This record gives sequence, structure tokens and C-alpha cells, in this order.
Amino acid sequence: MEQQYPVLIVIIPMFTAMVLTLAGWFKPAVCQPLAVVGLLGSFLSAVATLTKVSAGGVISYRLGGWEPPFGIEYRVDGLNALVLVMVSLVALLVAIFARKPVEKELGNKISNFYTLFVLLVTGLLGMTITGDAFNLYVLLEIAALTSYALLAMGRGRAYMATFNYVILGTIGACFYLFGVGLLLIKTGSLNMVDIGSILPQLAGSQTVLIAFGFLMAGVWIKMALFPFHGWLPNAYTYAPTATSCLVAPLMTKVSVYIMLRIMFTVYSADWIFNVIQWKPVVMILAVVAILMGSFFALAQRDIKRMLTYLIVAEIGYMVGGAWTGTTAGLTGTIYHIMADGLMTVCLFMVIGSVVYRKGKANFESFKDAFQSMPWTMSALIIGGLSMIGVPPTCGFFSKWYLISGAYQSSDYAFIVALLISSLVNAILFIRIVETAFFSATPSEIPDPHSHHEVDYADSPVSMLIPMWVSALALIAMGLYTGEIVTRWIQPILPGGLI
Amino acid sequence: MEWLQINYNYLLVIVLLMIGLWAMIGKNNLVKKCIGMCIFQNAIIMFFISMGAKAGSTIPILNYTKVNGVKTYFTEASMYANPLTQILMLTAIVVGVATLGMALTLVQKIYSEYGTCEEDEILKKIG
Repeated sequence: MEQQYPVLIVIIPMFTAMVLTLAGWFKPAVCQPLAVVGLLGSFLSAVATLTKVSAGGVISYRLGGWEPPFGIEYRVDGLNALVLVMVSLVALLVAIFARKPVEKELGNKISNFYTLFVLLVTGLLGMTITGDAFNLYVLLEIAALTSYALLAMGRGRAYMATFNYVILGTIGACFYLFGVGLLLIKTGSLNMVDIGSILPQLAGSQTVLIAFGFLMAGVWIKMALFPFHGWLPNAYTYAPTATSCLVAPLMTKVSVYIMLRIMFTVYSADWIFNVIQWKPVVMILAVVAILMGSFFALAQRDIKRMLTYLIVAEIGYMVGGAWTGTTAGLTGTIYHIMADGLMTVCLFMVIGSVVYRKGKANFESFKDAFQSMPWTMSALIIGGLSMIGVPPTCGFFSKWYLISGAYQSSDYAFIVALLISSLVNAILFIRIVETAFFSATPSEIPDPHSHHEVDYADSPVSMLIPMWVSALALIAMGLYTGEIVTRWIQPILPGGLI
Repeated sequence: MEWLQINYNYLLVIVLLMIGLWAMIGKNNLVKKCIGMCIFQNAIIMFFISMGAKAGSTIPILNYTKVNGVKTYFTEASMYANPLTQILMLTAIVVGVATLGMALTLVQKIYSEYGTCEEDEILKKIG
């Protein structure tokens, strides 16, 4: 049993999805509890795997007993294990959160929603755990197809936004597959570690370089790095609440993880930073992504749309951090994958709750929100502080590592972009909190004699609990930063970095 | 010229990829975009299949010839086409069909909502 944990992480949600399809025919009401149970099993397996990794190093699981480069290998090291725990935790929280919003927004599609939801999580977890380049493509497409369907359930322009995402997502996935094909021609292998051991002998090959270009272009489209970010804001804004809570934190972060895998497991830090000279170009992309994301976020009136632009900026953080070529920068990137996943889900849940109560989420709907929804707004403050980067939340520590990494490699433009982005985030969240706190005009100041009471209408408990778990996780992760970095992140940093 | 005789399949794949990409990005009609997507995916499938193909090779199932009642098995690996790429593309074809189905469903939904498949007209209606 104990050595089966890695595969259980993926298998449990996969079979849960099948059961959900059947259960949905007979009794849609059981779908949400079943999904929660399945995702809980997956989360516990991920935690068990993480403790095993921290005790005994890399776990290599052979699917079907086939030996690794021939069969598919599940390979778990500290990097995967952390991302797996983050993905399964976020999925579990959103599954609990989703109950009320899904009942309200997608009344007759409940069973379809949860089936696709759990399948999407299967795809994401599989992408994270697999050590096989082609298996990754298949799971990438599973995650992509289910997310198209989930996003298209939204309102208004959702169909058109999703169609654009289908087109761009397919281009991205096909570029990735083309890159894998080129590597297959050169190395004859699909196992990432195996390819990584063969590639140093082919350091001068043009094919290997072009394969790297296609692989990077593919994952950059998938993660919406500037200038490939066009599809993201529309697709996520018009999606149903529960969908955007799941897709927004996870899809892009898992793509960043894949980029790290390709860069440091398949290729090597030495090849990327010494043989090819792409670093300046990618750093410019990252800086522009951060600045564009921040400024577009500043221009939005709709809070959900504003957050989607912040995601574009956060992608810039992670890509830039990985491409600084320093251990501190890469530590910051790995740490930020976790931190950003948690804070994005926290903020999207807050916005989801406001939408649930007030119908939409613009500045108007935040008026007096502090009186009517005190718990929700407190979670917003914690998430906002983390987004700005105030200690002791984890947002501060990831920025700290990213900035010190950029300082070591003298990427001053990146540091300036990070600081500007923090300032913009501060303005954005102060604007929301100000509206929520002090929106009453002088004439509306409550007169102690009159009974001007704002109705207390906080989110339901089933929405508040996951929201607060993610908010407290932000603080807990910040407090245990040293532990996380020394125990899991440092052992997996590749050689050849500054 | 000799290079072209050996590697013309890659040239063909690149031409198909470019046609598909152009249709996906440049075309105004959503159905044409779907067609472009189909061409794009099939170009990659052809790329994989042609990289594993060999002149005069047979399918990778243990096979034999019967000469005067004596069975001779092909045991040389070089007699068979590479089965790996074919297996991979079997999966990729399924993925391609699912993606195309998803895209066409969306086009149908868009058509029933806006009454047109032309992107510029839809954007005008969205306003």
C-alpha cells in the first residue's frame, strides 16, 4: 500500500470522475460530497508522498511494472511533491467552496460540473507527477479539454472567450508535442530523466535547440506569458465562479512547473545559461508581463477581471525568477508557485462570495461590505497583504527570494518591475478595502438614534471555511518559509546556477 | 538536393503546419479556424508517423513468409516500422478528435447566440 501512494494521487480522482458520471444520472445531490471525498483521498496521498520524499529522496514509480525508459514512470522529487500537495489542497478547498455557487449558477448541470472538475484535477495532478514527456502531453490535453468545457459554462461572452482559448491552447499543446517529437528523433527516448542524460552529448545540435524553442513556446502559450496572454482575462472573467476559482490558481502554475521541468530536468542549467543566450529576451518578456499585467489591472472596474490581469503579472514573476539563473531566483519561483496558487484561490473565493451575495463584483458591490460580510472581507485583507508582499504572509518571502536572485544576476529591470507591481497591488487592494470600509457618504453616517443597519449577510459557512483555510495557509506558509526552503526546495535545486 | 530526397516529409509537415497556423490565426470564419486546427494537428501526426516509417518495412507484428512450406520469421528489428510513434499518435488522434468536437460545439453555441460565424460580426454584436 505504502509504495502505491504516487499512483493513488491520480487514480482516485480519475475513478471518482467515473463514479460521478453514474451518480449524476440518479442523484445529482450526492455529486459534491463524492467529489470532496475523492479529492480528500488524493490530498492525503499527496501528503503521504511528500513525507516519504522528505525522508527518502526521489520516488520512482513504474506504471505496470515496466522499467523506466521503456515504460511510463511516475517520478516524484521535492518539487513535484510540493506542487502535488498544493494542487490537491486547492482542488479540495474549491470543491468544498463550490457547493452553493454551483447550485445557484449551474442548477441543472451539477453532475456534469463535478465530473469535469474532478477530471481537470486528475489532468493537473498527472501532469505534475509524470516523468514521461508524452504522457504529460496527454494529461495536458485532458486538463485543457475539461477546462474548456468548464469555462464555457459561464455567462455572456464565455463561448467566444473559450473558443479563443481552445484555438490558442491547441497551438500551445501542439507546439509542445512537436518539441517532444524533435527530441524523440534525436534521443529516441520519452522519459524526461533519460532524455536529460542523453542531451549533454548533443549540446551543439540545432535540432535540440529548435526543440527547446517549441517546448518553451508551447508552455508559454499555456501559462499566458506576455505576449501570449490575450486569451486569459476574457476566458477567466466570464467563467462560472467555481470554475475560475479552480482554473485560475492551478492551470498557469502547473504550466510554470512544466517549464521548470523542461529547463532543469530535460535540459540543464548549464546549457540554458551558458550555451544559448536567450536569457535577456526572456527577462524582457517577464518584465513586460509584470508591467502590462499590473497596469491593465489598474484600469479594470470589474474586480474579477482585475485579478485575471494580476495572474498575468504573477506569471512574469515566476518566469523571470527561473530565468535569472540564480539559486535564490529559482527558490523564489518554486516557492511562489505554491504561494501564488494559495493566494489566487483565496482572492478568487472572496470575489466568488461577493458575486454570490451581490450578483456581481465591481466597486459598487463592495460598498459597506465590511459591515455586511466581515469575515469575507477579513480574508480579502489577508489575501491582499500577501499579494502586496507584506510579512508575515508568504507573498513577502517569495518576493524577497526573487529580488535577491535578480540582484545577484544584476537584472535590475526585473527588480524595478517587481517593486512597481507591488505598489500597484497596494493601490488596488487599498482601493477595494477603502470602498468596503469607508464608502458611507457624510449624510449616510449612521445616526445613533436612527436604526440605519446594514444587513448582516456574510457568505455561507461552506464558503467561509475553505476561504479561511487558504487565508490561514498563507500566513502559516510565510511563518514556515525557512523550513520549506531548507527541507524541500534546496535539495532539488539543480547544479550550474549562480 | 539529396537532403530533400531523404527528408521531404519534414518539408511537407512544415508546409502543413504553416497552413494550419495561418488558418487558425488569420481566418475570420470560426469554422475555417476549426479546419485550420485540424490541419495543424494532423501535420504533427504525420510528422511522428513519418519519422518512424522506413522504406520496405512492415507493421510491427511478428510475421513470416512461407517458402515451400517452411516458415521464415522476420526476427530482425530493422524489418519493422517503429511502433512507438504509431502508438503515440493513436492517442494524439483521439485527443485531436475530442478537441475538434469541443471547438465545433462552441461554434454551434456561438452561432445560435449571435446568428453568425464571422468573427468581426460577432465582435461588433458584443460591442
